[in-house]
Amino acid sequence: MCGIVGLFLKDRALEPRLGALLTEMLVTMTDRGPDSAGIAVYRGAEPGKWLLTVQSAAPDRDFAGLADDLGAALGAAVTLREKDTHAVIELPAGKADAARTALKELRPDLRIMGSGESIEIYKEVGLPGDVAARFDLASMSGSHGIGHTRMATESAVTTLGAHPFSTGPDQCLVHNGSLSNHNSLRRKLVQAGKSFETENDTEVAAAYLSWKMEQGSDLGEALEASLQDLDGFYTFVVGTRDGFGVLRDPIACKPAVMAETDQYVAFGSEYRAMVNLPGIETARVWEPEPSTVYFWKH
Amino acid sequence: MQTFDLEAEGLRALNASLHALKGDTNTTAWEIINPRGSHAIAVGVDAPLDITVRGSTGYYCAGMNKLATIRVAGNAGPGVAENMMSGTVIIDGDASQYAGATGRGGTLVIKGNAASRCGISMKGIDIVVHGNVGHMSAFMAQSGNLVVCGDAGEALGDSLYEARLFVRGSVKSLGADCIEKEMRPEHVELLRDLLVRGDCDADPSEFRRYGSARKLYNFDIDNASAY
Repeated sequence: MCGIVGLFLKDRALEPRLGALLTEMLVTMTDRGPDSAGIAVYRGAEPGKWLLTVQSAAPDRDFAGLADDLGAALGAAVTLREKDTHAVIELPAGKADAARTALKELRPDLRIMGSGESIEIYKEVGLPGDVAARFDLASMSGSHGIGHTRMATESAVTTLGAHPFSTGPDQCLVHNGSLSNHNSLRRKLVQAGKSFETENDTEVAAAYLSWKMEQGSDLGEALEASLQDLDGFYTFVVGTRDGFGVLRDPIACKPAVMAETDQYVAFGSEYRAMVNLPGIETARVWEPEPSTVYFWKH
Repeated sequence: MQTFDLEAEGLRALNASLHALKGDTNTTAWEIINPRGSHAIAVGVDAPLDITVRGSTGYYCAGMNKLATIRVAGNAGPGVAENMMSGTVIIDGDASQYAGATGRGGTLVIKGNAASRCGISMKGIDIVVHGNVGHMSAFMAQSGNLVVCGDAGEALGDSLYEARLFVRGSVKSLGADCIEKEMRPEHVELLRDLLVRGDCDADPSEFRRYGSARKLYNFDIDNASAY
C-alpha cells in the first residue's frame, strides 16, 4: 500500500499555495505510507537556468563550499539552496552534463535526485509530516506537484527507495502497486544505456517512460506504451515540466480518485486527501478508468 | 433526528453510538455530517435505523449492515456495503470498487456509476446500479441479483454461480461461464420489483438477463485427468 497525491494548477493565483495544499494532502495519506515520503514540485522555469536537486547523507560535509567548487570547475556562476539533506543547485542550462561529471569528482557521495528547468525533488525516510517539515514543503510555490507516501513492499526503506523517481529532465513518477517484470525490463533498459540507482520496481517504470520520451514519444504515448510493456499492479502519477499524467493498470485494484475544477486538477489515492482543497464541494469528482491515459498540459 | 459531527466527535464514538442501539430504540433517525471521506462510517449497524451521511465516504461505509437504511449523499469509496446482511444502502453519487462485495442480503442502490468488481462474490444481496458498472462485476457471484441500468465493463459475471444479472445497456464482454439467458415472464416480474426497490423507473422489458452456464462449477468426469 502507498499513498499518492497530485495537484496541477490551472489558476495561477493558487501557485503560492501549491506547497501548502500538497503538504496537507500528503500528510492525510500518512496511514497509507508511513515509511517514507517525497514530493516533486515544478516551479516557474527561468530561461537559461538549470536546477539540480542533490541529496547527501552528510550535508554539512558535502554542501559546504560546493557552490564555489562547482562554479570554479564549470567556469560559471553557480548558486546553492540548502534544505536539510537536500540542496538545489542552480547553474547555466548548458552546463548540466558537465556539472554531473564534476560532481562525481568533487562530491562522490552526492546523489542527484532530479534535474531540469523547473523540477525540485525532496524525499526522505520517516513520517510524511516529519519529512514535509524538514524540507518546509508547505512554503513552496509552483505550478504543479506530486507527492508520495510509501509503505515498502518490494525493496528497502531508504531515501533513494522513496518516491518520486526522476530519470529524465523535469520528469518524475510516483507509483502505488508492484511490477512483476521489472528485473527483465531493467536489463533491457541498461542495454539501451539507462543507469539505475536502486533495485526498486518504480525506478524501472520511470526509466522506461524517460527512455520512451527520448525515442520521441510524448508523455501520453509513453504511458500508452507502458500498458503493453509493464506487467503488474500500478497506479502511476507522472509529472513533466508542463504536464501531469495518470495511468492505472487494467485490473485497477490500486485506488484512485480525481477532482477537477476551473482552478485545478487533483489526484488522491483516496477522496479524503482532497477534502480541504478550495471548491472541492462543487468539483467534478471521478474514479479514473483502468488502462486509460489521463494527461493535462499547461 | 440525531446529528453527529464526525469531524468533531470521531469515528469510534459514532460507531459505538450506533452499535449501542437495539431494535426497540426510538432514536432511529440519524444524520452524519462532515464525513470528509472517512473510512468505516456506520459499519456493523444492527438496528432499524435511518441514517443519512451528508457527504462522501471512504472505504467500507455501511459494511455488514443489518436492518438499517443508510444513505450516502455523496460518493462512496471502495467496499461500500461490503458483506451487508439486510436493510438498504443508497448511494446518491458514484461507488468505488467492489461495492456490495460478498453481500448476503438487503438492497444496495447506487444512483451513479459503480467501478470495478461491483457485487464480487455476492451471496444473496440485491444491487441496483442506475449507471454503469466496471470490469469483473459479479465475479464469482453466488446468489442474489445485480441490475445495471447502464453498461457493464469487461468480464461480467466471470466464474458465476447462481446470481442473476440484468443489464439494460451494452456488455463489453462476458466472463468465463457467463452467458445470456432468456428473459422469461418471471424474470420480468422479478426485475420490476427490483427496479421499484431501487427507485428506478427503467422499463424491465429493455433489459437482458445473464447467468451461469453451469459448466465451470460442476465437476465434469471428462476433465478428471486434468486434476
